[in-house]
Amino acid sequence: MFKFVKGHLESIDGVGIYPLISLLIFFIFFVALFWWVITAKKEYIKNVSNIPLDKEDALDNVEPHQNH
Amino acid sequence: MELQQFYYDNKIVKKFIIATMFWGLIGMSIGLLLALMFLFPNITDGIPWLSFGRLRPLHTNAVIFAFVGNAIFAGVYYSSQRLLKARMWSDALSNFNFWGWQAIIIAAAITLPMGFTSSKEYAELEWPIDIAITLVWVAFGANLIGTMIIRRQRHLYVAIWFYLATFVTVAVLHIINNIEIPVSAFKSYSVYSGVQDALVQWWYGHNAVAFFLTTPFLGLMYYFVPKAANRPVYSYRLSIVHFWSLIFIYIWAGPHHLLYTTLPDWAQNLGVAFSIMLLFPSWGGMINGLLTLRGAWDKVRVDPVLKFMVVAITGYGMATFEGPMLSLKNVNAIAHFSDWIIAHVHVGALAWNGFLTFGMLYWMVPKLFKTQLWSVKLANVHFWIGTLGIIMYALPMYVAGFVQASMWKQFNPDGTLTYGNFLETVTEIMPMYWMRAVGGSLYIVGAIVMLYNIVQTARQGSAVEDELAEAAALTRVTNKRTKGEAYHSWLERRPVKLTIFATIAILIGGACQIIPSLLVDDYVPIISSVKPYTPLELEGRDIYIREGCVGCHSQMIRPFRSEVERYGEYSKAGEYRYDFPFLWGSKRTGPDLHRIGQKYSDNWHLNHMYDPQSTSAGSIMPSYQWIIKDKLDKSDTETKMRAMQTLGVPYSDEEVASADKWMLAQGTKIEENLYADPDFASTYEADKKYASENNLEFTEMRNREIVALIAYLQRLGTDIQAKDLEEVYTN
Repeated sequence: MFKFVKGHLESIDGVGIYPLISLLIFFIFFVALFWWVITAKKEYIKNVSNIPLDKEDALDNVEPHQNH
Repeated sequence: MELQQFYYDNKIVKKFIIATMFWGLIGMSIGLLLALMFLFPNITDGIPWLSFGRLRPLHTNAVIFAFVGNAIFAGVYYSSQRLLKARMWSDALSNFNFWGWQAIIIAAAITLPMGFTSSKEYAELEWPIDIAITLVWVAFGANLIGTMIIRRQRHLYVAIWFYLATFVTVAVLHIINNIEIPVSAFKSYSVYSGVQDALVQWWYGHNAVAFFLTTPFLGLMYYFVPKAANRPVYSYRLSIVHFWSLIFIYIWAGPHHLLYTTLPDWAQNLGVAFSIMLLFPSWGGMINGLLTLRGAWDKVRVDPVLKFMVVAITGYGMATFEGPMLSLKNVNAIAHFSDWIIAHVHVGALAWNGFLTFGMLYWMVPKLFKTQLWSVKLANVHFWIGTLGIIMYALPMYVAGFVQASMWKQFNPDGTLTYGNFLETVTEIMPMYWMRAVGGSLYIVGAIVMLYNIVQTARQGSAVEDELAEAAALTRVTNKRTKGEAYHSWLERRPVKLTIFATIAILIGGACQIIPSLLVDDYVPIISSVKPYTPLELEGRDIYIREGCVGCHSQMIRPFRSEVERYGEYSKAGEYRYDFPFLWGSKRTGPDLHRIGQKYSDNWHLNHMYDPQSTSAGSIMPSYQWIIKDKLDKSDTETKMRAMQTLGVPYSDEEVASADKWMLAQGTKIEENLYADPDFASTYEADKKYASENNLEFTEMRNREIVALIAYLQRLGTDIQAKDLEEVYTN
């Protein structure tokens, strides 16, 4: 019975290239992603991650906490 | 640098907060009513618009789009203005977004109980409302992107990316899944049929969870958790990885809703593989959220806002661990169609979405009204009642799922099913349904406590509708990367480009799954003996759709010994060729109906619809007496058949022209069959006589809705017989 659900893609010409393309898309995607992340500068990361806590936004920080 | 003064629009946020609380309570209350219907199936007897099948989509839509939807808008409008240092781009668009969304919700609350539904889960609303959703959604997106363009903050914080991805992806999903051919103002047919429709629907359905219930909330988490804890997110680098890998992988996972169905194996396996991978970005995000509280755990003890957020993120972690596990085929074989799935989605909805919303409201409302929370004690009470509610809801449903699935699969040594009567597996889990109703009630009580607390907070404070803020205008920087600027930090100041990249990331997965299903000719092997529905069956099918039968009954027999033994030959892809839309269902509160055709007499069906408990003692199906009394509306039949012709159903023009005659002939045949039951004959004749004596209008049985429904049910699954399967495949 499995012949009815298996092997449909085999009828596509040159289907063998598909897995190769998939692998490349994924490999490049994640390598590029980690490249961005690792090369990001520490100071920049610190600045950006503090955007929500911007002190100018006084009303949003009615209760400043000091943890050190 | 010169500071510019501007005002944050707090009024729009306030409006969305009110809508969130209002619709939240409505959506949850409908859920509770549905939970009670498992225990007292006849509480809304005889009121069509309060029947289970019609209310179920109202509950899901109200919770997803009304409660969570308004919470998303409230949070996005609050945080985007502050993260971008600008008022929303257009007040008119903000208000159009608000009033348009409320109008859509009201339209849903009216049309769904009336039975206007496309039957596709979380996309039930009919085509005019679909168009309205598109317009309002585009207004939201335009407003968001417009605000980015006038921003005073160079870099787009990670929350903003999540909002952008939400906007883009929901737009793509909504449009592609709702391509329909209208036949009247509130009736349309999906342009996809059977397997293709199922694939498109669950690509949508899964990603509605991903991009409506998850990505916007992750954005809110990345803003409100650092705010509430007053410290930056644990790792901004991790959030970059989290964002891109999550949106890239999520979009592929849809087919895990269709495991062991007739969807081609390659698509099923693709869905499984990506669902497993999804665990990593999901947990990366969860860990990032929880570890933001590093060094601040002492605050969690005293601050109800943080308590809600911690449970929300933990709930996210549990649901996103469970999701990949559920997508394993062997686990799915047990969980699918059972109450386990109900438990799973409610951990997501009650803990992740619900609690993050509550935490956000408790934090935002005092800020908006320049005051303190009216009662921290009451917020704590809410927290504990709510948490207990979640546990009381979820645990019994897990047990119910396991118990029922095990009973479905239990065999005697002689090879027969131990629980051959489906009802035995329902009555067994009734205690669990009781506990679930208690859990749900607790959760609602908690939400009412919150409503009171929030109202009191607002009353003691004073609303600042336009909040003054200051920031320097952005100086113009080159569009190119500056020296030493990392690629991603450059990308973060290019919102349009960021949007385009996010769109590409989500389109890759969608395209790889959907396009082959629409283009490959032999995607669905054709079975020559499968013929289009007769006009009467087509009308019967539309009644089945209208009443929401699909909410409790599947039409998909999986290739398991236990299912073949219980229901008959397992379902084949080719059998659904003329099913616009597909009706496979996702939950079996009652048995599968794919091979119900010719199993029972016409009389049995009539009696069963009139009073299910009379034919099946202990049944929790409500009665559908109006279907038996009401006249079948045949005015649109020809239009419906013409629409089907457009979609490729081989009705000849003569067949369409003679639809009325055809329906009458088939209806008369069923009416004759019904006379086989002497009880029916005497009652029906008595009714007829009474009507003629009193000059009342009388609809002959052959012209009533029930006859169409019986015609459809008796047709189901009868086009192929197991013995001649090999011959009927044409390729």
